[in-house]
Amino acid sequence: MEEALVCRREGEVVEALEVAMATELVAMEPTVPSLVDRYFTRWYKADVKGKPCEDHCILQHSNRICVITLAEAHPVLQSGKTIKSISYQISTNCSRLQNKVSGKFKRGAQFLTELAPLCKIYCSDGEEYTISSCVRGRLMEVNENILHKPSILQEKPSTEGYIAVVLPKFEESKSITEGLLTQKQYEEVVVKRTDAVSATS
Amino acid sequence: MFPLTEENKHVAQLLFSTGSCPRCIFRFCGVDLHAPYKLSYKELLYELQKFLETEKGELILEVPNPPPKKIRLQELEDRINNLSQNGEGRVSSTEDGNIASKTSNLNVCNVCLGILQEFCEKEFIKKVCQKVEASGFEFTNLVFSVSFPPQLSVREHAAWLLVKQEMGKQNLSLGRNDIVQLKEAYKWITHPLFSEELGVPVDGKSLFEVSVVFAHPETVEDCHFLRAICPDCFKPAKNKQSVFTRMAVVKALNKIKEEDFLKQFPCPPNSPKTVCTVLEIECAHGAVFVAGRYNKYSRNLPQTPWIIDGERKLESSVEELISDHLLTVFKAESFNFSSSGREDVDVRTLGNGRPFAIELVNPHRVHFTSQEIKELQQKINKSSNKIQVRDLQLVTREAIGHMKEGEEEKTKTYSALIWTDKAIQKKDIEFLNDIKDLKIDQKTPLRVLHRRPLAVRARIIHSMETRYVDEHHFRLYLKTQAGTYIKEFVHGDFGRTKPNIGSLMDVTADILELDVESVDVDWPPALDD
Repeated sequence: MEEALVCRREGEVVEALEVAMATELVAMEPTVPSLVDRYFTRWYKADVKGKPCEDHCILQHSNRICVITLAEAHPVLQSGKTIKSISYQISTNCSRLQNKVSGKFKRGAQFLTELAPLCKIYCSDGEEYTISSCVRGRLMEVNENILHKPSILQEKPSTEGYIAVVLPKFEESKSITEGLLTQKQYEEVVVKRTDAVSATS
Repeated sequence: MFPLTEENKHVAQLLFSTGSCPRCIFRFCGVDLHAPYKLSYKELLYELQKFLETEKGELILEVPNPPPKKIRLQELEDRINNLSQNGEGRVSSTEDGNIASKTSNLNVCNVCLGILQEFCEKEFIKKVCQKVEASGFEFTNLVFSVSFPPQLSVREHAAWLLVKQEMGKQNLSLGRNDIVQLKEAYKWITHPLFSEELGVPVDGKSLFEVSVVFAHPETVEDCHFLRAICPDCFKPAKNKQSVFTRMAVVKALNKIKEEDFLKQFPCPPNSPKTVCTVLEIECAHGAVFVAGRYNKYSRNLPQTPWIIDGERKLESSVEELISDHLLTVFKAESFNFSSSGREDVDVRTLGNGRPFAIELVNPHRVHFTSQEIKELQQKINKSSNKIQVRDLQLVTREAIGHMKEGEEEKTKTYSALIWTDKAIQKKDIEFLNDIKDLKIDQKTPLRVLHRRPLAVRARIIHSMETRYVDEHHFRLYLKTQAGTYIKEFVHGDFGRTKPNIGSLMDVTADILELDVESVDVDWPPALDD
């Protein structure tokens, strides 16, 4: 199977693609790089906590700050899913909403490990999903906008619908991505998944 | 005319016989005329001995202490030339070739340790002035600051007790204020010598400072007994090499009881073997300030040098392009650049420009005509097309206050090129023109959150004006409160700035270009070029 490449040159018509196993068309690059494209690097964690397709996308800013978001493949973002409510109360004693940071050095922040839960999403079909941090660091804030209007999470998962902002330790800013997948690596994972699905059907 | 009278004879005799120099004797006799101190040491010694001779048959010339050291002028010069080597003057043994008579006795004074002997005379001052002239500073006046070793205060105290006791025998009292202070007398003598040698007046308000620091290693431990008696005067603190500072010693001397002092310190003070050493002779000029306004025409220029891990990420910076020329012309050591706010690397500053002020530290050249400043401005403007400056002028330290006021209180206007994901028509942006004094809340933008505290800032967008470009672009002109993050107001920063252009128009908006059109501060004063 040939890999398809998309390119657009002045005056030339977009060339037809040779499609691989995936049935969807590879999207064309937007002419204007988005805010996320310009400042952030996308990192992925697939099947978080072993749960199939519960993929997270970590947006890492050039200044090392990480924004935790849901990847497109996540069940919550699939069509037909309705979110009933979102809760930041992850245990009896801990609510992410109580997180308070002060000063330039962000003292008092809740410290997160990779597996630390950020929030719970309850759907109308009874399913419950836990979103994890995926990176080590201090919790800066969780997105309160999605509490009031959960649909934002589904409409704009990469921007307004973010889950949380985490500040890794300065010394760890490079190493935190060691356990994560690059965009390319993630795309291969997705392709393998679709192959597996096609193979069994 | 010799300033001492019959009344002073006992005291003068006592001090002279115990090893004090003529000028210190004057001080303890309350002589507050300047003229007597300015006579040469030789002359003073002669006159003093004449004064003490009359009526009294005997005249004590020899000090009952270790044999007097005859210090010749050559040795004095040697000592001064040894300054660069840790400031330790070496006392070399002398040859006995220069004794004219017993009257040219140059014992080291047991009170001033030589300060009012050789260190206030023309020869020494000349040496200091040579160093001042060699340093290359431009100055029209100077302030002279001198620092004496703390042990002098202890010796002064002992001499005072001695004299007080002697005067008590004649039923006369002697308060601390009746004695002329060492530093005061020193300045009476040296100021005119400096003026004469350098051709400028001595002025307490001068920005040009000549400072001389004396030390006396031989008697450094003289003060140590004070610590046992008044321990809380000598608490160690940061930045202090020794706890025995002059202030601490003076404080302890004020506290200590007379009897306790006399038990621990010889009264009269003993005669030292060496004179003070000159620890340092330094000159420095107070900072001068240059202000102006700058325009920035590059979208690739940071305000301050952008260096990460020792590697420069972008060539040059606004502050370097302006300050490097000033550093050279003013021959300054370093600079501090401040401005009324700042813009990002990729943002231009148009219009009248942004006010800035530069502090030039320790400038060697400070006098410039307004013509010379104009030429300096032209030079800066010719050297780069990335920035231009205007209204360049010398200002005072108050300048910095104006900068900060401008940064925090004054409005700014901007123009931005905006992109929208949805196709728009002219009518879709018209409503923005009518919005006045829009209140927005901005959480600390993600792009600066790593170095700023997390907070919510309430800001006001005073007014907006739009200009349609095409289906996906329009220009936005806005006037905002100081401290507003414009980029975040346009793209919303993940919804953390509310409201934002995207939310107001119900589109996804992004900012492609940003320019500062004006910084609404009317300082520094505009100059007609």
